[in-house]
Amino acid sequence: MTKNAFSTKGVTKVYGEGRSAVHALRGVDLDIPEGEIVVLLGPSGSGKSTLLNIIGGLDRATDGDAFFQDQNLSDMSDRQLTMYRRDHVGFVFQFYNLMPSLTARENVELVTEIARDPMDPDEALAMVGLRERVDHFPAQLSGGEQQRVAIARAVAKNPTVLFCDEPTGALDSQTGRAVLNVLKDVNEKLGATVLIVTHAASQAAMADRVIHFADGGIREVIVNDKKLTPEEIEW
Amino acid sequence: MVSPLAHKLLRDLWRMKGQAMAIGMVIAVGVGMLVMMQGLVTSLNDTRSTYYERYRLAEVFAPVTRAPERLVTRLAAIEGVSAVEPRVVGAALIDVADFDLPVQAQAVSLPDLRAPRLNDVFLTDGRMIDSDHSDEILLLQAFAKAHDLNPGDRINATMNGARRNFQIVGLAQSPEFLYTTAPGELIPDDARFGVIWMSRSALAAAYDMDGAFNEALLSLSRGANDAAVLDAVDRILDPYGGTGAYPLADQSSNQLVSEEISGLEAAAVGVPPIFLAVAAFLLYIVINRMVQSEREEIGLMKAFGYTNGEVGAHYFKLVMAIAAGGALAGCLMGIAGGRALIQVYVAYFKFPFLVFGLDPASFVIGVSVSILAASAGGLFVLRSVFVLTPAAAMRAPAPADYSRTGAIGHTINRMLDQPSRMVLRRITRQPGRMAGAMIGIACGMALSVSMITIYAGFDRTIDLTFNVVDRSDVTVSFTHAASEATIFELRRMEGVTLVEPVRHVPAVLRNGLATHRGVVSGLAPDQRLSRALDSDLRPIALDGGGIVLSTALATKLDIAPGDMLTVEVRTGRQPVLEIPVTSVAESLLGAPSYMDLTALNRALREPNRVSGAYLSIDEAYATDIYTALQNMPSVAGVSLKSQAEVAFQTLMNTGAGAIRYVMGAIAFVITFGIVYNAARIAYAERSRDLASLRVIGFTRGEAAFVLLGELAIVTLIALPIGSIFGYYLSFGIADGFSTELYQIPAIFDPASYGFAAMVVIGAAVASGWLVKRDIDRAELVSALKTRE
Ligand SMILES: Nc1ncnc2c1ncn2[C@@H]1O[C@H](COP(=O)(O)OP(=O)(O)OP(=O)(O)O)[C@@H](O)[C@H]1O
Ligand SMILES: [Mg+2]
Repeated sequence: MTKNAFSTKGVTKVYGEGRSAVHALRGVDLDIPEGEIVVLLGPSGSGKSTLLNIIGGLDRATDGDAFFQDQNLSDMSDRQLTMYRRDHVGFVFQFYNLMPSLTARENVELVTEIARDPMDPDEALAMVGLRERVDHFPAQLSGGEQQRVAIARAVAKNPTVLFCDEPTGALDSQTGRAVLNVLKDVNEKLGATVLIVTHAASQAAMADRVIHFADGGIREVIVNDKKLTPEEIEW
Repeated sequence: MVSPLAHKLLRDLWRMKGQAMAIGMVIAVGVGMLVMMQGLVTSLNDTRSTYYERYRLAEVFAPVTRAPERLVTRLAAIEGVSAVEPRVVGAALIDVADFDLPVQAQAVSLPDLRAPRLNDVFLTDGRMIDSDHSDEILLLQAFAKAHDLNPGDRINATMNGARRNFQIVGLAQSPEFLYTTAPGELIPDDARFGVIWMSRSALAAAYDMDGAFNEALLSLSRGANDAAVLDAVDRILDPYGGTGAYPLADQSSNQLVSEEISGLEAAAVGVPPIFLAVAAFLLYIVINRMVQSEREEIGLMKAFGYTNGEVGAHYFKLVMAIAAGGALAGCLMGIAGGRALIQVYVAYFKFPFLVFGLDPASFVIGVSVSILAASAGGLFVLRSVFVLTPAAAMRAPAPADYSRTGAIGHTINRMLDQPSRMVLRRITRQPGRMAGAMIGIACGMALSVSMITIYAGFDRTIDLTFNVVDRSDVTVSFTHAASEATIFELRRMEGVTLVEPVRHVPAVLRNGLATHRGVVSGLAPDQRLSRALDSDLRPIALDGGGIVLSTALATKLDIAPGDMLTVEVRTGRQPVLEIPVTSVAESLLGAPSYMDLTALNRALREPNRVSGAYLSIDEAYATDIYTALQNMPSVAGVSLKSQAEVAFQTLMNTGAGAIRYVMGAIAFVITFGIVYNAARIAYAERSRDLASLRVIGFTRGEAAFVLLGELAIVTLIALPIGSIFGYYLSFGIADGFSTELYQIPAIFDPASYGFAAMVVIGAAVASGWLVKRDIDRAELVSALKTRE
């Protein structure tokens, strides 16, 4: 049996208190084996980003345990969580979250500077087709371009695990496929575990495992035997 | 490779350059003022002591009636005395063309054929006197200037009753006569008191002092026991009519210079910290809001695995860049300002040269206060950001919660248009932020109010002194304590409506270790011209044998009504009296003390003696009265209140008091900086909202209204609060401006508050206009794309 990259036991997340409390996660049990590409599907507001934040070490569960390999993230100190993110995790955020005052290259450098074994920032940007735009500021890039900078930034550190919150939401089919290829490369060449949140159900075809999310919980997990390449996916 | 965070740092600084500069400027003026004032005081002190040293100013002055020359050797033999210079001094009257009345002067001897061992003079024009020519004199330069007298001119002077003609051969300055005050007066006036230097032989002839001296100057060796020397000198001179040797500290010119410098020093110590504290507080508020607005960036860096320390260091550097930049600029400004100002004061104090010094402590204090305030501001906020998880810190543009709008009330709500509602909701829903801006502006208001009230305080001092305490028109002083018959003589003059006697008795007042060398004034009961007044400005009855002290004097001697005061009289039989303090009188000028005239004379065992008189006259007879006074042999001097008032005004406007205008200007700069900052921050926080408003069809004016309306409301709330702060602040500042010579009261002056409010509103309008210009220029698209 392969080792799990992540496993969660009864993870719940409640925002707010009392009558206005929002139950974003309602006891999630999940195992994600190392080295897989996992796609999370689910309606808006079902708790996908919240789960990603918790297993990515950005936020803490209200209850339950989340393990990375065999370390319990819930038990980690802030400093340990920071080191976990610094050394292992790559993020692509739903809202890109680029630093407005840094150029594309500098946004990537922001991550490579503190990573243990990073790529060359220009190379990472070339992988997402932005070789020509490295010196532009976010405000000078289109939404899709900003998203690609965010992806270059996430893969440039050669992460152990890569979290992508709707990485292709703003992209056309051609760049979208290119981006998915980058993710696939990171998975295959580095053995990184890749988690992709998406609304495009067709992208599930390239995953090893597809998790259907609904109303703060897992509705169904499907193991995919016939993986397709990004080129073969319908857009 | 330059780290991307360094890039971010520089670009962030550039992006908020307007705001950074406004903060930097506020810090800079706070620090600059500290450096400037401390440098000024250091330089003046250094210059003064160098001047004293170079011209060998005596450390002990020993007046005596007539002492034979041979005593000099005995004085020189006193342990601790390093040099002795005997000299002759005498009172003189100089006729000047531009005054109706002759001017009082002091004639001072210079040794024949050699330079004086002590109290040398600095020749500014002409040449030294030739002792072969007894009519040659040097004249005090300031006096000569005031009357347009030059070397080569001749003047008439009356010495020892004889009128003589002299030739001015040179003009001189002396550390002994930096300030000249006519006897019986408090306010120095270059024009109304002269100093004549002439050869010892010539002056001795004039005052019948051949082979004798009537003042000994002494300098002391290092580590000498001052008190023991004074005692020894008194023992030697006592049989010859010594009236008591006194140290340099009690010498009148030095006393005035010291008071002026300590006035500046008090202002330097008391006022800049207030400004600096306001600047520091402002910095704290601004940094607070700045870091708050960087929440997302902070969350992002944390998400990538930057530690709290690394993130903190980044913002710390940003804050430091602003604080240190401001502090550095402040140091430079302080040096430049100090250099400019010191020139004014060197001319004012009549120092012939300048020793420019800087006080390194002021740099250290200024820089560290600003850096500390900045760090405190930054750390406080960063801490609150650190406890957030990165996910929470980064939560995409979280719309502020405006759901609880019940506070405004539905009826009012319906009456308002949409932009007004936005203004109101923001103020009611984000009270923390609004409070920050409001307190900042209130601080600016407080500074302005307190500085402007101080101006009114100065006016009040003049008014109280010249129109309430002393209501006479003319003050006459007599050559010797005259009999009361002189008073009747004055009363008989045509045009003199009221005459009131006074007896000024030089004395040393002592309470324990606290001493004051001054004058006790004996006044007749029920005086109407010159009065002792209580704090409600009601006359104090001077009945019985008690003494009434001015507030300044009571404070200096640390004594209260009911206590006994030791009065060592320095005239006549020089008795030492124990007198009960009966009450404390309001006086903003000098440190007077009052007694009942009859009781004072009884204590001195010199009945019916007066040393001067206060006159109220009919202006129509002024010239006649002056001529008559001039012809009275017992009259030593006459001073007109109008002249004294002008002299006082000049003193307060050119001396230590003048610094209030510089400080007022600085207060205005800080006030403007604060208000402008508040406007800039509000704009920075809202530029996205404003762009959104424009996108959905609001006009520029309407969008600006949302922002400026907020600024206006915050400013209006800040005014009354700032007035209250300012009221309390003015006590501290008034204290800083009060010297031993004059006190500045902290008063409540509505006009000052109105004026300060105008200043703040003016600053708000100007800031609003500057920000509105930016709103008009802002590109919609980029404002929407970039987060703030
Ligand atoms: N800070 C918060 N406070 C209150 N509720 C929150 C907060 N963050 C998220 N939620 C709520 O938690 C639930 C899950 O949010 P989450 O962002 O995980 O959804 P999602 O599945 O990623 O949706 P989407 O596909 O729209 O991105 C939603 O109902 C959301 O409103
Ligand atoms: Mg989401």
